[in-house]
Amino acid sequence: MTTSNDKYDVVIVGGGPGGLSAGIYGARGRYKTLLLEKDVPGGQLLLTNEVENYPGFEEMVAGPDLMKAMENQAVKQGLEIRREEVKEIVFNEGANIIKTNKAEYCSKTVIVATGSIPRKLGVPGEDALRGKGVSYCATCDGAFFRNKVLAVVGGGDSAVEEALYLTRFASKVYIIHRRDELRAAKTSQQRVFKNEKIEMVWDSVVEEIVGDKLVSNAIVKNVRSGQTNSLDINGVFIYVGTIPVTDFLKSYDIFDKDGHIVTDIFMETKYKGVFGVGDVRADSARQVASAVGDGVTALLKAANRLIEL
Amino acid sequence: MSKMIEATNEIFEQEVMKNEGVVLVDFSAEWCGPCKKLLPTLEEISDEMADKIKVVHVDVDKCSDVAGKFGILSVPTLIIFKNGERVDESIGLVAKESLIEKIDAQL
Repeated sequence: MTTSNDKYDVVIVGGGPGGLSAGIYGARGRYKTLLLEKDVPGGQLLLTNEVENYPGFEEMVAGPDLMKAMENQAVKQGLEIRREEVKEIVFNEGANIIKTNKAEYCSKTVIVATGSIPRKLGVPGEDALRGKGVSYCATCDGAFFRNKVLAVVGGGDSAVEEALYLTRFASKVYIIHRRDELRAAKTSQQRVFKNEKIEMVWDSVVEEIVGDKLVSNAIVKNVRSGQTNSLDINGVFIYVGTIPVTDFLKSYDIFDKDGHIVTDIFMETKYKGVFGVGDVRADSARQVASAVGDGVTALLKAANRLIEL
Repeated sequence: MSKMIEATNEIFEQEVMKNEGVVLVDFSAEWCGPCKKLLPTLEEISDEMADKIKVVHVDVDKCSDVAGKFGILSVPTLIIFKNGERVDESIGLVAKESLIEKIDAQL
């Protein structure tokens, strides 16, 4: 365990759009800024094929390309990025301690930008058949299902966009949704309803994913009629929301009931100089553009705090 | 410098199936974001454990025969082979520590 004696002005945890945006502003502001990322920067966008709603791109931009550009921009501005996993943060006004798997850092301010991970359905067969037809990443696994029958579970933007993406490979895609309307953006909804490969399974939940070695069918229950059907499928892609990543903050009471970090409008928690941005934050719009805004807002507020702290 | 071995169908046969030892095989693809996230971890393991194991990278597009043979339907998939037998596997991103535990269990 090494301890860095130099105190940082800002330590950012997580290298998605929120963290990198804070990093760009921090480095440009010539604050001593460090970004810690456990894998490689990019966040959930590394799982996203196309981004159509990030301002400034007339055509679609690939998620990984957008994130690589943000990372390159941050590095060019002089942001220090280290590949380390944060295990614990000890809040201490003006001198927070950030413990990673490799070192300990001291920082006047901390910006938590750790994002979220896919939520599981929590039904029998889901874990056992992971990688055998159960997937949480259409861009990763869609290509393995050429001319196969797939189901997508969920009704939000991710579910709908990934279902559309999967029609490139699959012969048929069911969208299984527990309500009778989608939450996704109207533009994508229209594409779904026009797409001949997609069939909606409304008012329904998956009760079990079945398969011997590979997924063969799903037991689907209509929540209105209570009737249960078996749907023959080769794969199921699950998009039923996300869980914020905050394990390393467990001992602090800064969360809402779903585990998101509660902040004020400057992204600051009740601990002075400690911020939460992007998907990990309560009330986040959960968009790339809003994460970018969160990151910038937090950094500018942090810069104010640096004068006091 | 990474010591990871880039597989072809022939190299896979030689380095994994006929290997008397422990081999960590990474099934991944160019177009897969999480695979890129996992790569630095695998490179570190291949360096740090170079005297104990081999790490082989299989591009599922270039080695579709091998990927098909092992029923790969998700990338990244990591399979640990011992004496040419599949002994453990994990799907998706995995923490370096837990991967090392899985490898150590086979050594």
